[in-house]
Amino acid sequence: MNPEPFEPRLVGFLCNWCSYTGADLAGTARLAYAPNVRIIRVMCSGRVDPQFVLKAFKEGADGVLISGCHPGDCHYQEGNYKALRRHRLLLRVLEQFGIEKERFRLEWVSASEGPKFQQVCNDFTAQVRKLGPLNLDGNGGGRHA
Amino acid sequence: MANLTIDGRPIEIEDGATILQAARQAGLTIPTLCHHPVLEPYAACRVCMVEASFKGKNELVTACNTVAQSGMEILTSSERALKARRLNVEMLLARAPAAEPVRRLAEELGIDHPRFPVGDPEEKCILCGLCVRACEQIVGASAISFLDRGTERVVSTPFGEESEACIGCTACAYFCPTGAITVEDAHGRTVLHDEMVLGPATAIRVPSRQAVPMVPFIDKEACIHFKTGACQVCAKVCDRGAVDYAQEDKVREVEVGSIILATGFETFDPRRIPAYGYGRYPNILTAMEFERLVNASGPTGGKVLLADGGEPRAVGIIHCVGSRDENYHEYCSRVCCMYSLKFAHLLKEKTKAAIYDFYIDMRCFGKGYEEFYHRLLKEGTHFIRGRVSEITPLALTEKEEGKLIIRVEDTLLGAVRRIPVDMAILAVGLEPGLDHNRLAKTFNISCSQDTFFLERHPKLAPVASFSDGIFLAGTCQGPKDIPDTVAQAGAAAAEALALADLGHVELEPITAVIDDTLCSGCRICIGLCPFTAIALDKEKGISVVNDALCKGCGTCVAACPSGASYQKHFRDEQIFAEIEGLLQPET
Repeated sequence: MNPEPFEPRLVGFLCNWCSYTGADLAGTARLAYAPNVRIIRVMCSGRVDPQFVLKAFKEGADGVLISGCHPGDCHYQEGNYKALRRHRLLLRVLEQFGIEKERFRLEWVSASEGPKFQQVCNDFTAQVRKLGPLNLDGNGGGRHA
Repeated sequence: MANLTIDGRPIEIEDGATILQAARQAGLTIPTLCHHPVLEPYAACRVCMVEASFKGKNELVTACNTVAQSGMEILTSSERALKARRLNVEMLLARAPAAEPVRRLAEELGIDHPRFPVGDPEEKCILCGLCVRACEQIVGASAISFLDRGTERVVSTPFGEESEACIGCTACAYFCPTGAITVEDAHGRTVLHDEMVLGPATAIRVPSRQAVPMVPFIDKEACIHFKTGACQVCAKVCDRGAVDYAQEDKVREVEVGSIILATGFETFDPRRIPAYGYGRYPNILTAMEFERLVNASGPTGGKVLLADGGEPRAVGIIHCVGSRDENYHEYCSRVCCMYSLKFAHLLKEKTKAAIYDFYIDMRCFGKGYEEFYHRLLKEGTHFIRGRVSEITPLALTEKEEGKLIIRVEDTLLGAVRRIPVDMAILAVGLEPGLDHNRLAKTFNISCSQDTFFLERHPKLAPVASFSDGIFLAGTCQGPKDIPDTVAQAGAAAAEALALADLGHVELEPITAVIDDTLCSGCRICIGLCPFTAIALDKEKGISVVNDALCKGCGTCVAACPSGASYQKHFRDEQIFAEIEGLLQPET
């Protein structure tokens, strides 16, 4: 028996000004990257409510990516710093739920970093693939139970 | 006012003026050697002798330092005046037979040979003291003065030793009427390329011939007045009295509605590629230096000359210096191919040199550019396809002796070649200016991978930046030639005008709103807002968003503990729905 490789379902929250544009650049530059990351555009990484992350995991995501502007480059001056603080706190909460911290990632991707976005997506997908499906209720039905 | 006559002509002149000034005002010439309008008169040469009749007395006076007075009758060329002048010139000729202006005067006055013993036949100094006065009155350094007396008198530094007071301004040489003082390179070389600075080197100057506004400025670093407090010659000669030394740089704050960034580029510094030998070997020029050299107003008057003054017999032009190179800049600088072709054409026109053009790819993308390339092919420029690896003076054969050898792989021949040339021109690429990063931070502009400013969209918004109301034009956004720059600048100006014409600013409808029935007035959002768009309504005890200030980042929405704050078009429910949609099981 040769089971199909596990394809993780990942949600990416991308800020409009840097990371979303960077993802756009990766697209226009025809850079192929893992299709596992499903993108949700927000105006700023600071808009990412911790609820969004929890909701995504609840709905069956195997990993969540937040990507914003590099420190100091935020279009709204400091939204990415807020995202950074929330990411740190949320990691502790997720651990208590039994969600590995490798499943929740924060990255800085600027508008010109198409290749970096490609690498982040590939990297994160490989990382979560290694962890396997997220098993929230303990009986293997964590995905779309 | 003083009324006098000179050679019978009545002249009116302001009080305190000298006879020489009065004569010059009337258009009469009195010869002089030691007079200069910006220096105090000194009456050293005594060539300006005139006959003056005043209050019954008749005497010979020097015109340069005698004040003109009412009732004076002056004769500039009377027998008596000419006799005295002739004698004085004769003595000067005996002292300094090599001084050109003295010889000219002697000829005019009919003197063949001085009757006095001639000292050094090569002597040029006539001891007029112009240099000494210039050094004292204009430079304020007093580094030179007269030494000794009588026939032993010379101009020199104290004790004839190298002077610490000398600031090397060369004003003495400038004022010397006979060329007795010259400025020389310490090693006796002909200085040609070293002085190839862009623009004139005087301390007061117009920055460039196309400067706006077209007014001169004083370079405080170079100005003698700001070094020693003396000089002020420019103020003396300015009829309008426009020179003001007390002016300071002013920082002005101007409120504007939109900003166009057109901050331009710097050229690549070829010192970063040591193998090209720039700065170490003579006759290796950057494109800008060559441009200056062939310019009719340049240091050689537009002649293409080598550092030793000779004409080049072979010239190499090297493309892509700093561009299309993984070690420096990966991008193509776009303008170098065409200006290199222009150089090749100018060299063909001005010299008999063989021209070698080393290129990787010939990028003639614009209107008429390809045709120009074909013209050059016909003109006989040698085009060699391949990147130059090295420029070296190390000769392997006798033929290469004294030349610069350009080592290159000729990719069309499939061989490594050594091409000896007399002059190498480096077609340096374009890169962002020195304060590019600081500007990017100031205006909150992102930069693309090549570090130039990033436009909002490469196709749909090529002149807008990510910040509203800030537009980009020209090479700060990426290398481009003049037509492209002008086109982009026009577009940027039109975008700015469109904003101004509208009279109001359109905002994105994505602002945050606080539901006053849910807000508890905890004020967390107020502290988070980077734009101070949220304020507390003290009466109601709740937070209120100012729509005009809110930029719609949504940070306050994410933090609101009671869920009172929501962002239009990015409401929590909308994003939840997105998440649910994305993670629906595949069917």
